[in-house]
Amino acid sequence: MSNQAQSLTWQDQVHRVARRIRMRVLEHTLNNNGGYLSQACSSAETLATLYLKVMNLGPSEAPMVPPPFPGVPGPGNKNYFTGAAYNGPRAPHLDRFFLSPAHYALVLYTTLIEVGRMAPEGLAQFNQDGSTVEMIGAEHSPGMEVTSGSLAQALSQAIGVAIARRLRGEAGRNWVFMSDGEFQEGQTWEAMEFMSFYKLDNIGIYVDVNGQQCDGKTETVMNIEPLKARLEAFGARVFQVSGHDPEALAAPAQLEPDGRPLVVLAYTDPCRGLDLLRSRAPKLHYVRFTGPEERQRYEAELRKMQAEEGV
Amino acid sequence: MELLKRVHAQNLVKWAKDKPNVVVLSADLTSSSEADLFRDTYPDRFYSFGIAEQNMLSVAGGMAREGLYPFVHTFAVFIYRRAYDQVAMSVAYPNLPVRMIGFLPGILTPGGATHQAIEDIAVMRALPNMTILETGDATDVESVLDVAHAIDGPVYVRMLRGEIPRLFDAGEPMQFNRARVLSRGTDLALITSGICTEEAMRATNVLKERGVSIQHLHVTTLKPFTDPTVLEAAANAKYGVITMENHSILGGLGTAVAEVMAEAGIGKRLVRIGIPDVFSHGASRQYLMKELGLDATALVRKVEEMIGQRLNITEDDLAAVRLTAVHSDAKAEAL
Repeated sequence: MSNQAQSLTWQDQVHRVARRIRMRVLEHTLNNNGGYLSQACSSAETLATLYLKVMNLGPSEAPMVPPPFPGVPGPGNKNYFTGAAYNGPRAPHLDRFFLSPAHYALVLYTTLIEVGRMAPEGLAQFNQDGSTVEMIGAEHSPGMEVTSGSLAQALSQAIGVAIARRLRGEAGRNWVFMSDGEFQEGQTWEAMEFMSFYKLDNIGIYVDVNGQQCDGKTETVMNIEPLKARLEAFGARVFQVSGHDPEALAAPAQLEPDGRPLVVLAYTDPCRGLDLLRSRAPKLHYVRFTGPEERQRYEAELRKMQAEEGV
Repeated sequence: MELLKRVHAQNLVKWAKDKPNVVVLSADLTSSSEADLFRDTYPDRFYSFGIAEQNMLSVAGGMAREGLYPFVHTFAVFIYRRAYDQVAMSVAYPNLPVRMIGFLPGILTPGGATHQAIEDIAVMRALPNMTILETGDATDVESVLDVAHAIDGPVYVRMLRGEIPRLFDAGEPMQFNRARVLSRGTDLALITSGICTEEAMRATNVLKERGVSIQHLHVTTLKPFTDPTVLEAAANAKYGVITMENHSILGGLGTAVAEVMAEAGIGKRLVRIGIPDVFSHGASRQYLMKELGLDATALVRKVEEMIGQRLNITEDDLAAVRLTAVHSDAKAEAL
């Protein structure tokens, strides 16, 4: 990050990184004629707050430009690596990060770039054959350490890690980023009841409640509300906040753990910072331009955003 | 033949004593999967998940990433059917050392179709990185933990519980990817696994008396399936090969034998005894083995068919067989 950026308050840094995440994902979507654009609009502040304020991470230990795919894990592959090194070293006092909805990978890669953990050139490998910068990220993808493309499995895997860390008496916390659609999966509730039962408070969950899923608006596909009340009934310590307000996002993480699993429900706008998207509602899951005319409108919007940002 | 009770329950406690990283995970079937003694002996290493197998398998993956060795205990059917995606993505893909101990394989449960794991080997065999082991007696049960624990990756075990026979010398543990040679012969190769081995031994005792010479192998490693003794037995068998398993004839031992025979170009006849591609129902083990053609009588009929000769063996002849523990290959002829 530049010296100028470092002189900003952390809240302004979050806003700055979030704006740049949206711009970079928009640029990428234009270049590739497709992308998970609304996920960037909804979750940019949440991921930026996690990386800049909430998570206690060491500096990245991974190459700035992601190395090629090392082959699938197996007894014969000694070269396999995970993308966790982008989140810094493993140490008892340091935090861990788990991205659950793996189709948010594009937003995560972009976040890594904007917080200085990955080179912008790395994104050129997105969805390219032989690359680790996969469209639906897996554990070898930058910033990821479990394979979570089949939704709702990351939380349970993080629980396994968190139990082992608690057994070792480690102070580091374990942060899981989830999407609201995953609260339609039975496994998520199995995991919630387990965390409450075992008083697993070294896990913190941030949920991007953008009210959107593949088929359209969540309330028309399968209702998950009242999410806060449902989670509280399962014994969680739940905070419902604006997902675009860095202070509101960060505050619950500052509290002393009290035995309950922490859940921050970040209510978000899937078109935040990009009003053009609203005309596409309720189909926002994946954006592919309908033709040159729509594409030009988004291009013009990007130029405007870049001019305002001074890039 | 010696019958033993709760072999795994006691063995697990003894085996895990000096292995502090071994943890046991259970989904409300703790005494039914003989993990109760472990729970009572090492409560800090026991995790109760309730009836929630999907979470249990993914948590097991997370634990294994951190150097713990989770031994998942539940009915076989609830591992591979209920939580297959979790087994595949949270455990098998990252090649994690999770040991899945599946109880009541095949028709060992009177619980009917919901409880009977009849295609588990087929499903798990198709999963990359997976190792599959099956136990056939008390000696196998006592030694399978060592075999599983030496594997750098996930292992699925078809485990026996309750009262089980000792068919093999207690001093001769299960060996990875190595079949036990139970008798030597050249008329037929008989390749069996799990509880079918005991049933087959009843038949081979009588068949031998009637002059049929049988190379009988007891297979405990179902994946990988590269044991050369299987192909040797098949190549040397005059009339062909019979497989016998407590599993569907599709995708299990019989299929594995067919694959290696075909690939090696061994043009011998192969007869697969197993659950004939049907669902089963709730009934006793004896009843279902007879109904599905998994018993000693069914084997004798197949042998007669293969050698083209009636042997006049009755059910009483088979029932009269008294099995004693088999010693090593070297002593096999003394059976």
